[in-house]
Amino acid sequence: MPQNDLMARSIPTSRRAPQEETSMNQHSMTVRGKDRYKSGVMEYKKMGYWEPDYEPKDTDIIALFRVTPQDGVDPIEASAAVAGESSTATWTVVWTDRLTAAEKYRAKCYRVDPVPNSPGQYFAYIAYDLDLFENGSIANLSASIIGNVFGFKPLKALRLEDMRLPVAYVKTFQGPATGIVVERERMDKFGRPLLGATVKPKLGLSGRNYGRVVYEALKGGLDFTKDDENINSQPFMHWRERFLYCMEAVNKAQAASGEIKGTYLNVTAGTMEDMYERAEFAKELGSVIIMIDLVIGYTAIQSMAKWARRNDMILHLHRAGHSTYTRQRSHGVSFRVIAKWMRLAGVDHIHAGTVVGKLEGDPATTRGYYDVCREDFNPMRLEHGVFFDQHWASLNRLMPVASGGIHAGQMHQLLDHLGEDVILQFGGGTIGHPMGIQAGATANRVALEAMILARNEGRDYLHEGPEILAKAAATCTPLKSALEVWKDVTFNYESTDMPDYVPTPSVAM
Amino acid sequence: MRITQGCFSFLPDLTDEQISRQVQYCLEKGWAVNIEFTDDPHPRNNFWEMWGLPMFDLRDAAGVLMELTECRKVYGDRYIRLSAFDSSHGWESVRLSFIVNRPKDEPGFRLDRHEVAGRNIRYTTMPYAADRPEGRRYGGS
Repeated sequence: MPQNDLMARSIPTSRRAPQEETSMNQHSMTVRGKDRYKSGVMEYKKMGYWEPDYEPKDTDIIALFRVTPQDGVDPIEASAAVAGESSTATWTVVWTDRLTAAEKYRAKCYRVDPVPNSPGQYFAYIAYDLDLFENGSIANLSASIIGNVFGFKPLKALRLEDMRLPVAYVKTFQGPATGIVVERERMDKFGRPLLGATVKPKLGLSGRNYGRVVYEALKGGLDFTKDDENINSQPFMHWRERFLYCMEAVNKAQAASGEIKGTYLNVTAGTMEDMYERAEFAKELGSVIIMIDLVIGYTAIQSMAKWARRNDMILHLHRAGHSTYTRQRSHGVSFRVIAKWMRLAGVDHIHAGTVVGKLEGDPATTRGYYDVCREDFNPMRLEHGVFFDQHWASLNRLMPVASGGIHAGQMHQLLDHLGEDVILQFGGGTIGHPMGIQAGATANRVALEAMILARNEGRDYLHEGPEILAKAAATCTPLKSALEVWKDVTFNYESTDMPDYVPTPSVAM
Repeated sequence: MRITQGCFSFLPDLTDEQISRQVQYCLEKGWAVNIEFTDDPHPRNNFWEMWGLPMFDLRDAAGVLMELTECRKVYGDRYIRLSAFDSSHGWESVRLSFIVNRPKDEPGFRLDRHEVAGRNIRYTTMPYAADRPEGRRYGGS
């Protein structure tokens, strides 16, 4: 339906719920037979979009929405409206429904629960038949699920919290071009997080100066350096200059260390043709990795993932722009959904939060994102914001990236929160080192190796972390000086996005 | 120079006791530890020579340390690394790898630059030691 029709529609006052709360999850109200198709307007919950007895099929896609109805709007009706408007419904009854297997195509809201401790908000569970979606297309999936409903007038706010993607649908996607296992084999790096840094300043360095930062950081001990999201091709540094000098730096650092190194060459550009051209040049130069920004769009991301698989390239995704719709708890799309879509779409790296750094990230919620990226099966864990069991059917694992305001002194906390299959990116924490970039990189690498060694030895590294670092610093001046400079840097702010469920201690059996 | 492949190359060389604790960690995870050696440390030389098969079904790190001692007696002038393999589904790959023996002198790598069209350069990394035949690279017989 055209957007305008939807915007123009409102629920007449006569239909609004009585003052007392409708009891949730009552029986079906669906009108059946001839009456269902009488011309005119009918409540969504009577049109077949509210089916509390419906049991989702294994092949259904399930979406969980946080629905905030306008004052006085029945939450069941609001939730049924979301189901309707994200599948077959329009604002009025249409007879052409009767030319179709309409009951199959109707999304069915089958459960509505009040959100704990959030008056006026409801979790609506909506099941969609697999036939509503095109194989292997995030564009189609997202157009269906979030394409039409978020501006719906009877709602104050709407948030897509989570999705259950059936194996039958997962299997239609390529998934990460490389995956964690192959990335590690290709990079020849096992048993520890990988280390990276974003070149700073973000803007203004010439290609030659930029390559200098890359060389120093890689030679000092990092595995990767990275272009920032807005480093594309600007007057101060056109992309070919950057690529050429970066690859000189990578190869020189590789020879100096005997290790495989990489730098994420950002191929983000205004058109697909330009992106392919840049990616081809990166390949020609022997780069092991390229990067793209989330803002290029889902289809462009999937195209680049297919290109990366065909060309033996690791594909890094910078989640540029995601906070515009992921951060607020009441409206938008949760990042856990974006992470699921990106695993399907086929990127190899995704920024997924640091917990301790400068950017938003509650520990439990972040843990949920990391699980979505890295596990083959995600069990429902409400305390991590994971609402559904999710099987990934051996789709490649996606390496999460922790970036933004982290430093060597937090190594024990980072390892504890984020585990070992992660890329830790210390931009300022490398380049801002008082003894220089190489020293900054060395400090991070020594801190990391010392922490892994201690963890594997069975030490309580989280609590003994500062002690372990201090001991490693005794034989490593760069680490000593890093610990001194950043010892008091923490970012303790209230999170804006946290799980709604908190585990309650139960008696151990 | 010091080749920094493997998990712990930025730390001082591990003592046998430290090596043993890492091996024990691997065994407790159910991983099979393998000893490998080479005198061609090129970063893309994936297949170092195997000192026997990966030690499946081993419980005690002492078994690996015994083999390592034997390996060092024969190939003490080369790079030796321990790699731990995880056979569980979804991994089926190396989970930890670190160098446990190095040649006394590590000459490192030469970077050859071959200038081609435009400003493009083709790079080749060559271990200096590889100029000599295998087995005679680090002062070996």
